[in-house]
Amino acid sequence: MKYLDEYRDGDLTRKLLDEINQTVTRPWKIMEVCGGQTHSIIKSGLDQLLPPEIDLIHGPGCPVCVTPLELIDKAIALASRPEIIFTSYGDMLRVPGSERDLFSVKAEGGDVRIVYSPLDALKIASQNPDKTIVFFGIGFETTAPANAMAVMQAKNQAIENFAMLVSHVTVPSALTALMESPDVQVNAFLAAGHVCTVMGYWEYEQLVEKYQVPIVVMGFEPVDIARALLMCVQQLEDGRAEVENAYARSVVQGGNLPAQDIINQVFERTDRAWRGIGVIPQSGYRLQKAYADFDAELRFPEIQTIAPQEPSVCISGLILQGLKKPNECSAFGKQCTPQNPLGATMVSSEGACAAYYQYGRYAIHLGENEMTQ
Amino acid sequence: MKDQLNISNWTCPLPLQNYPTIVMGHGSGGKMMSDLIHHMFLPLLGNEALNQLGDAAVLELDQYPTRVAFSTDSFVVNPLIFPGGNIGELAVYGTVNDLAMTGAQPLFLSAGFILEEGLPMETLGEITTAFSAACQTANVLVVTGDTKVVNKGHGDGLYINTTGIGLIPAEVAIAPENAQAGDVVIVSGTVGDHGMAIMSVREGLEFETRIVSDTSPLHELVETMLAASLDIHCLRDATRGGVAAALNELAKSSQLGITFEEAKIPLRPAVKAACEMLGMDPLYVANEGKLVAIVKSQVAEEVLAAMHSHPLGRDAVLIGQVVSDHPGMVLAKTGIGGSRVVALPVGELLPRIC
Repeated sequence: MKYLDEYRDGDLTRKLLDEINQTVTRPWKIMEVCGGQTHSIIKSGLDQLLPPEIDLIHGPGCPVCVTPLELIDKAIALASRPEIIFTSYGDMLRVPGSERDLFSVKAEGGDVRIVYSPLDALKIASQNPDKTIVFFGIGFETTAPANAMAVMQAKNQAIENFAMLVSHVTVPSALTALMESPDVQVNAFLAAGHVCTVMGYWEYEQLVEKYQVPIVVMGFEPVDIARALLMCVQQLEDGRAEVENAYARSVVQGGNLPAQDIINQVFERTDRAWRGIGVIPQSGYRLQKAYADFDAELRFPEIQTIAPQEPSVCISGLILQGLKKPNECSAFGKQCTPQNPLGATMVSSEGACAAYYQYGRYAIHLGENEMTQ
Repeated sequence: MKDQLNISNWTCPLPLQNYPTIVMGHGSGGKMMSDLIHHMFLPLLGNEALNQLGDAAVLELDQYPTRVAFSTDSFVVNPLIFPGGNIGELAVYGTVNDLAMTGAQPLFLSAGFILEEGLPMETLGEITTAFSAACQTANVLVVTGDTKVVNKGHGDGLYINTTGIGLIPAEVAIAPENAQAGDVVIVSGTVGDHGMAIMSVREGLEFETRIVSDTSPLHELVETMLAASLDIHCLRDATRGGVAAALNELAKSSQLGITFEEAKIPLRPAVKAACEMLGMDPLYVANEGKLVAIVKSQVAEEVLAAMHSHPLGRDAVLIGQVVSDHPGMVLAKTGIGGSRVVALPVGELLPRIC
């Protein structure tokens, strides 16, 4: 397939890996920020082909994983109401709330529908004027423009029976929080290519300057990943700290300006809780006052009191910060499996625990406890 | 066979009490139901055994002194009519293929139709016509049937259950646990066509090339393979859960490991593109006309050549081996030289967020 197979080329990937091998002299901890990248790395088995010096840390960039339990419970409360049609991206349906997931709500008669785009939710709203259609607006800067567009269209077309349960988060603020945390020892970051397609990478320039860490914008195919890793290792070995773009076929420095524009017209910055990590100041988006009528939490204020506690055994927070590997969790593969997930990192196909479980069981079966070493 | 299907010319031999849709009375057991059977089902599906309309069919098996394969399956697909087929032929081929995976020659089917009130009679006609044509293609007879009507909102238009009986030639020994270390693994053609055809309609996705379901009967292909060699150890119809589920089930039954090369899996470009777009792994996407075979390595070439001679096995490829290592586990060698475990899918395939 054009524009895909070229970036899955085995020979080219192995050539880049050889170069990494020849370049690396010391141990480095490198975090791939995005869950899609974690998935791709494990799915292609690239982690097993890296030199032992390189320790890949799986970052907090899975929107499903970091959506706080509280929001899931609020979603479940809304989806259970007979007057609501609850719409969501598919993989949110299996995320466990404190008691059940959205799939169970559907089984109990709740009208829960998977959509591919928030604009589809808007269409459902126009077709069902006697119901309120709530869309679960989660994700990073990647999904924010489309979600913003849906709210804007709802307002412009006066589709009043549409509302959004918003839990948007942003990448640079999470990276700042990680850099500020005394426990986290990441030598370099591989930035999320899709987020940078929307936002560009100008925001990272000040991070690099302040914290002196290399940041390389990375794509999602094996060649993209190997190339970005090589650039990262070269910077680390040279003692440089710069922003570099290894995903230039999709990312430009300024990003997608019309997409940023629509985000800025509809959303504003707010503090957000990240599942397993806690509240990160100014790390998310909420709807601006002008769009408050479409905020599900304001339209159904009774859900605002929902505030559950995380289960204690799950260490997804440590995993999302790169402090632990999934197979270092006592529940991994035992009490906690994709069939019965205790935490969100096991639920989403982008979650580090699910990726380890799906693709990595063989390594564990062989007794290799440190898969990435 | 398919050429004979002409939906637009389908007409009911007698008016069905002039109802353009299914109403509750069509399941009442009375005159309306009798009309439905006599004017819809018997003209399309009838034969000596079915026409008796007894409580059970009586079948003469004397001429088949051998083992019986017996299988049932229910069909609840939405939409009822999709690119490349409809629920009618799916219901025939689904059960025919389950029987064929034992090496059996499929002979008889039952047909249970659960109709939802309000189903357009024309849709039922189109689907029953396809059902009938599929029976002719697969050379099976519907010998017993049942019709129920459920209230509007209690069904998805139409559900069909079929149960099938087939006979296994004495010399054939195909079973999930028969795999042996050293055997080779073959897939009969491109994977994921059916699942992505359904998904593209359901999600309103359009691609440059239309993706059509691969729904087709596999018993002839199996017959061709068995004529080439009897050393076919296992066969599996890669339906729900796709090739990944079929391989996992075989690894588990035989308590052996399976390794295969991901790059060898045949994939249509449109299916690959659709899977990429939706964040799905084609290994997990359903097929309705593809099988996975585990074959003694010494006869692999003969079996492959036989498959290539049949239209449904034209794209058959040897993808991997059965190994004594990692019992019960399926391992894919990736395109870049790494490897990963291909696990059983957990539940419904969920499109990824981004």
